[in-house]
Amino acid sequence: MEMNDFKSSDPIAWCSRCGNFGILTSLKGALVKLGKQPKDILLVSGIGQAAKMPHYVKANCFNGLHGRALPAAFGAKTANKDLTVVVTTGDGDCYGEGGNHLIHNIRRNPDITVIVCDNQIYALTKGQASPTTDEGIVTKVQTEGVILEHLSPLSLALAVGAGFVARGFSQETDHLADLILSGINYKGFALIDVLQPCVTFNKKNTYEWYSQRVYKLDASYKSTDLSIAFQKSLEWGDRIPIGILYNVSKPTYEQKAGP
Amino acid sequence: MANEISIRITGEAGQGTQTIGDALSQVFKSAGYHLFAYQDFMSRIRGGNNFFEIRVSIKPVHSPRHKPDIIICLDKSSVDIQKKDLAIDGILVVDKTKFGMAGLEESMYDVAFNEIALRVANDTLYSNSIACGLIAGIVGLDFTFVTQGIQEVFSHKSKEIIQNNVNSARAGFELGLANPHKEMFLLPTVGKDRLAAVPGVILLDGSTAIALGAIKAGCKFYTAYPMSPSTNIMNIVAGRAAVEHIVVEQAEDEIAAVNMAIGASFAGSRAMTSTSGGGFCLMVEGLSLAAMTETPLVMVDAQRPGPATGFPTRTEQADLDFVISAGHGEFARVVYSPGSAQQAYFITIKAFNIAEKYQIPVLILTDQHLQDSITDIPALDQGTAAIERFIISKEESANITSYKRYALTDSGISPRAIPSWIQDVMYVDSDEHDESGHITEDAAMRKQMVQKRLHKKLHGLLNELEQPTSFNIDDAQVILLGFGSTLGILQEAAQALEKRKVGFVHLSQVWPFPSDEMLKLLSNARMIISIENNAQGQLARLLRRETGIKVSKSILKYDGRPFDVDSVIEIIKPEL
Repeated sequence: MEMNDFKSSDPIAWCSRCGNFGILTSLKGALVKLGKQPKDILLVSGIGQAAKMPHYVKANCFNGLHGRALPAAFGAKTANKDLTVVVTTGDGDCYGEGGNHLIHNIRRNPDITVIVCDNQIYALTKGQASPTTDEGIVTKVQTEGVILEHLSPLSLALAVGAGFVARGFSQETDHLADLILSGINYKGFALIDVLQPCVTFNKKNTYEWYSQRVYKLDASYKSTDLSIAFQKSLEWGDRIPIGILYNVSKPTYEQKAGP
Repeated sequence: MANEISIRITGEAGQGTQTIGDALSQVFKSAGYHLFAYQDFMSRIRGGNNFFEIRVSIKPVHSPRHKPDIIICLDKSSVDIQKKDLAIDGILVVDKTKFGMAGLEESMYDVAFNEIALRVANDTLYSNSIACGLIAGIVGLDFTFVTQGIQEVFSHKSKEIIQNNVNSARAGFELGLANPHKEMFLLPTVGKDRLAAVPGVILLDGSTAIALGAIKAGCKFYTAYPMSPSTNIMNIVAGRAAVEHIVVEQAEDEIAAVNMAIGASFAGSRAMTSTSGGGFCLMVEGLSLAAMTETPLVMVDAQRPGPATGFPTRTEQADLDFVISAGHGEFARVVYSPGSAQQAYFITIKAFNIAEKYQIPVLILTDQHLQDSITDIPALDQGTAAIERFIISKEESANITSYKRYALTDSGISPRAIPSWIQDVMYVDSDEHDESGHITEDAAMRKQMVQKRLHKKLHGLLNELEQPTSFNIDDAQVILLGFGSTLGILQEAAQALEKRKVGFVHLSQVWPFPSDEMLKLLSNARMIISIENNAQGQLARLLRRETGIKVSKSILKYDGRPFDVDSVIEIIKPEL
């Protein structure tokens, strides 16, 4: 397979320099390496800028409702095991509107990969705070700055029992492609939170801001220790780790539910 | 000697009113009688006051009577609560010692359930079988039927437990035979022909009917969030899931349930979800999604009284307006309103076929009364219902290299492929989309897609209508009108008043509204009376909106309880 095999004819409706472009490149790169035919891949999304991504890939696409990508993906994967199911979602879609589904689909552990394009802002609705917006950021709604605590999605996923938890950065496309491929090859629910600059509405967490802070977990990092993974998942500020924080084998929904 | 008898078993939740009721239902079925049983229970697991009422007759029966002839009280408080409901000349069976009652009123009949159970089987639990045997004795059944009924109900229990139950029933039976009111309650003997037909008779309730219909229709993905009175459908499907290879998943909420079902249906499974009104509120966005993405979906709304939490375990028909118009935007849907368990079975199968043929959401509107009521019917003919998938077959799919999910056609129906079966990919979107499924904001395309999803599909659906049932309407003085679970009431009231020119029309499909047929049936009616379990006469309003026909009167009941046929007849009589 080549990048061109996954090329969609649909024109892209993101802002130029949007962090999503890097994620799209990484996703296609991972699919090329995966080697499956487009017809055997299903991309599921909800609503938001990230939810448009399936249209920009030549693969099956189910673009459903805001926050509801995970239940639809669970249903599709369970009904048709031939499909490799990847969800492209955002911080608002997955951690806000769809928070309940995130918790319970981690518990179900279907064999799906969830890429959260986390730009720490609501972009499609023009700049309101999302669950991952840093405290103090001023928006048209949060006029005195965000007062809610910043959600740590990777800690949440680990607490609920996720077996594969990773973080990528949209500028590090090769690194991210590897993460996505690892997530797809992981048997079970794989969560990949991707730091993604929003060039229009998030003036704090920019390419430069992330670039100065992110560092890659190296070969010495042990991704099978839950307490270390917890510590890493909470590391946010001057240094932000990217890579696979946690990777352990767990029985999938399919295995648990029987034939 | 009466041709029928109604028996109410009442006590606290957890005392086994349903166990006795189920056993008695089996006993009477074995003996060849027709029966209608319904349940009235509170939203609690223990305590309170529940009842199970069973009406037994030599003729088919479909609805509750106003007053039971025999009330068996399993606890003291039932006596005070239920006494007022007893028929004139009826008896109230009590356990004087256990209840600590000083004296007995004339209508009371003392049976020492506890003492007998301890003596015969060394456990007061067996009081239930004593009650079952007692009733059989009072109405003059052959004890063989009691043994058969008990064996059927307790088939999964040990031999010892079955024997203890039979022995207990025997003790109750002897008491029943000797009871002082015996002549009053003897039932006529069932004819040989009917007895010979018993092996082909089954007992069916609405929940089981829908579950069996779904399984028969090839439903392979069932998801729901538990909510009375819909939960039993999920319980029954789950009980057979392993054998039938059905995925049954309890969702984290109704929003998840409906979206999971849509995802599964999109990917190739027949999928279904069920709930009650409150849960349906949460599913409405999903209903709209199924319509927009043209994904087949079967949904059940087993109504209970609202608004909000309402009466969790009681009955109402107040979601009619809601379900026919639920969901933002305009799209085609079908809403069925089966009137009996038997109808519910066949309509459920049809619901799956129509959902897939038209690629639309199909709703089955039922209610607690239908879900929990049991009747005897001829065994469901498993052969008559065919499954039609209306999808591009796997063989055909292998040759498809170019595919548009929303290809425009005259019928509004695009050939439906399953992802991974065809060689091409497909795009499905909740946004407005073009024929390829990609997002569009084009005005002309928008118009074509609305016509596809709404006008064209509705046009086809008018040829698929489940037509209303009617009886005795030519030259009728009064035509009774209803939908859903009131079918039994309409049937029995019209039959009782047949000679006084009373007929009925019942709708088992309320959307699309069968306007042409209703105009034929009702245009010349002298007087139409709608009978509805809601406070506004929603069906009467719908009839007027769709056909211009006005009903003369509505008999409305919105206290959370079902109609009884006697009360309805009394209300109709002055109009004749």
